[in-house]
Amino acid sequence: MLDETLVRDTLGAALLTGGEFAEIFVEDRRSSSAVLDDGKIEELVSGHDRGAGIRVVSGETTGFAHTADLSPTGLRAAASAAAAAARSGGGGTKVVAMVPRSAARPNSVLIMPADVAKATKVELLTRADHAARGAGSSITQVAARYMDSRRRILVANSDGVWADDDQVKTLFSISCVALGDTGMQTGRESVGRTVGFELFDMYDVEELARHAAQRAITKLNARPAPSGAMPVVVGPGGGGVMFHEACGHGLEADLVAKSASVYAGKRGEKVASELVTLIDDGTMPTEWGCFAIDDEGNPAQRNVLIENGVLTDYMWDFLRSRKEGRASSGNGRRQSYTHLPMVRMTNTYIANGTADPASIVAGTDRGIYVAQLGGGQVNTASGDFVFGMIEAYLIENGEITEPIREGNLIGNGPQALRDIEVIGNDFAMGHPGTCGKDGQGVPVGDGTPTLRVKSLTVGGTAA
Amino acid sequence: MADLDDIAHRIVARAQGDEQIEAIVVHERSTDVRAYDGEIEQLASAESLGVGIRVIVDGRQGFAWAGTLDQSVIDETLAEARDNVAFATRDEFVALASPDGVAVPKLELYLPELESVPTSRKVDYALELERATRGGDPRMIGVESADYSDSVTEAAISTTTGINRSSRESSCWLSVYSLAAEGDDTTTGFGFSVGRAPSALDLDRAARDACERATRMLGATKPSTDRLTVVLDPWVSAQLLGIIGATLTGDAVIKGRSLFANRLGDEVAAPIITFVDDPTNPAAFGATDFDGEGLAARRTPLISAGVLQGFLHNTYTARRMGVSSTASAVRGPKSTPSVGVHAAAITPGTSSRAELIAGVDHGVLIQEVSGLHSGVNPVSGDFSTGAEGMLIAGGAVGRPVREFTIASTIQRLLHDVVAIGNDIEWFPMSAAGVTLVIRDVTMSGM
Repeated sequence: MLDETLVRDTLGAALLTGGEFAEIFVEDRRSSSAVLDDGKIEELVSGHDRGAGIRVVSGETTGFAHTADLSPTGLRAAASAAAAAARSGGGGTKVVAMVPRSAARPNSVLIMPADVAKATKVELLTRADHAARGAGSSITQVAARYMDSRRRILVANSDGVWADDDQVKTLFSISCVALGDTGMQTGRESVGRTVGFELFDMYDVEELARHAAQRAITKLNARPAPSGAMPVVVGPGGGGVMFHEACGHGLEADLVAKSASVYAGKRGEKVASELVTLIDDGTMPTEWGCFAIDDEGNPAQRNVLIENGVLTDYMWDFLRSRKEGRASSGNGRRQSYTHLPMVRMTNTYIANGTADPASIVAGTDRGIYVAQLGGGQVNTASGDFVFGMIEAYLIENGEITEPIREGNLIGNGPQALRDIEVIGNDFAMGHPGTCGKDGQGVPVGDGTPTLRVKSLTVGGTAA
Repeated sequence: MADLDDIAHRIVARAQGDEQIEAIVVHERSTDVRAYDGEIEQLASAESLGVGIRVIVDGRQGFAWAGTLDQSVIDETLAEARDNVAFATRDEFVALASPDGVAVPKLELYLPELESVPTSRKVDYALELERATRGGDPRMIGVESADYSDSVTEAAISTTTGINRSSRESSCWLSVYSLAAEGDDTTTGFGFSVGRAPSALDLDRAARDACERATRMLGATKPSTDRLTVVLDPWVSAQLLGIIGATLTGDAVIKGRSLFANRLGDEVAAPIITFVDDPTNPAAFGATDFDGEGLAARRTPLISAGVLQGFLHNTYTARRMGVSSTASAVRGPKSTPSVGVHAAAITPGTSSRAELIAGVDHGVLIQEVSGLHSGVNPVSGDFSTGAEGMLIAGGAVGRPVREFTIASTIQRLLHDVVAIGNDIEWFPMSAAGVTLVIRDVTMSGM
């Protein structure tokens, strides 16, 4: 993306004021998206972003600047701006020889989305619209979205790292409104993978559309959610976001280092039920959060965070691992070249257990079954988390009975981890997600088998 | 940097035949300084560019954007937007905005003072913010981050229909995230201050809020499940009102996603509620002189004395519903205009917050909410959010409580508002906050 001499000169300029470390991150991202709503293709949008972010580390201080101008002049100006934050003024750091680092791509891309006719992309949406509307006369509205992106990155730094990646992602989502006597309800479905247009050989958009429509229709008969503490069974793939929020964020080394995590200082300690093994894995082929290298040039890794209930390790980026004198775990990510990297999750999941999922429901006298959780939020310092239930049902006398309306679940991360009573053998990954932290969004995946938490608070309105 | 107006004009001038073109060009410069543990942890300076081009031919629209302004990139972006036109469904209501004679309000959105503040002064703000927050209370154990940030944004929009506008806005803010501890209990807080130049910033208040928010939750416990009166702090009601405002857009109405479709003229809220979107109010964070399509900002009544008066519109939704645009187009250079709230507020009441609390026999003061984005469905109206605050008994504020939810529906919440405070406050969001007393809400806890 840039030639080696220019990269070397830029890093040299970045180190002129005495920084100990300099890095250039170059990104070229092209995307296309199409939106169907209200029965019409509203628009096709093409986007192109390109630029470089330069950071300089001096002592505890990081200087950062970015530019959309990749000419020698533009890069030099950005390097100087980043260097201005480095206050030691000593000079003398040299850029060592850069060695290309090769990291295996998690999977190959079979059909580049840019090679697919726009009409073919649009046609997916029309087909999905028809299928959703055909699912029932109560479906009154359908919105469907197609998106593809190709993100090429180059990372080079004064420690000699030179690494690149070519990340292709394709996503489809659909949202339906159903109208009944009790008002309107919504149903959603989405699939997204780090693949090209072959996503649609893996999934049938009409089937996804019917699922989304059915979710909305089912909820028309939903009762208000109960309120209060009770057992919660989370279905396969539907509850990964709970672990992302309940403990994933608290295992990010930057938050741990600032004592802003309930898991600070707990390595080697039992923090969860011994049934729990939690893994963050950036190498999982085709998953939404996978890549060859992270945004600091480190190869993606599979990291076991909690093993049989014991906290084994945190997730690390360059700055935090350097301070600790250890290797990065490949979790340094950023939204774009205009952002600084920080510790981020990739694909985070609870490993398979041994229980028969049917027996988990049958063994629950009264509680709720959550087929799909929505977004959530956590306070990493207290461990309190919330997340929305998009599709949930009552469990009465060991059987899944009636659907319930949307609401939030609230709990405390460390307590919820200890309260996991049983884990099923039906592991599945969930929906593609965007994780937000400090104003930056990055694509992440999550997954779980069926499992039961002894007690969470269900935030409904019914007794 | 080439003149943004010039770049926009030159793109629009390339329209051929019956093609309509809109170009929006944006240039933003920003600084962010983050202090941690008495040092500067990060110092970022950034310059971003963006161009968005919309082409409409015979009721079909195509759009493309780019993050650079090189001529070759602009050429490519225009070509892509043109190419995308053919794939959209023809819709006779799709059109660019046209000048409508409404005068652009005179607002002071740019203060040149900001550009003369040296970086060293910005660094001092961040360091001082951290120091003041840490020193505010012996129970403060740390500051997760203390930031000074600022930005100057210039934008130009031009169309073949005769819209030619440009603007310049400055803003700066302080924000701090704090940690307090007592025994095994760790709590978090935050504080901020926003202005158009550093002289408008209130560093002491940001630090004080961050201390108070963290320390007041020390020792908080989980309450029992209950049905009671809730008192929403302005910080919380501002978030709720922003969501309610978003259900009042023409876009949601046309597409059958609004709770309030077909309810014009109906009583949708308690009679004490009057709700207006007014981006011409200079006190509002969302104050703006023109909207995302270049139409002059204007005041739009949404609910008057509990009765639904109207919806927010951009050019497209207004044409479809046979009304005028309320200049409510919101967008950046990377998207086509949608419809949104700029600066909505409820008309304040006459009682102070203390007077309102004194009138509550059995209730809870909600000072923070979490998971609003996941727990509120703006289509069905289902409302459930994680919350923190203080119990109220016999008109007095009692012990702190956390890890519970409050739930109702948007429809019921609006009818159940029984009192409004006189303490209206603008936050960096699309709506102002004011103390609201709402009866009969479910609190889920133990």
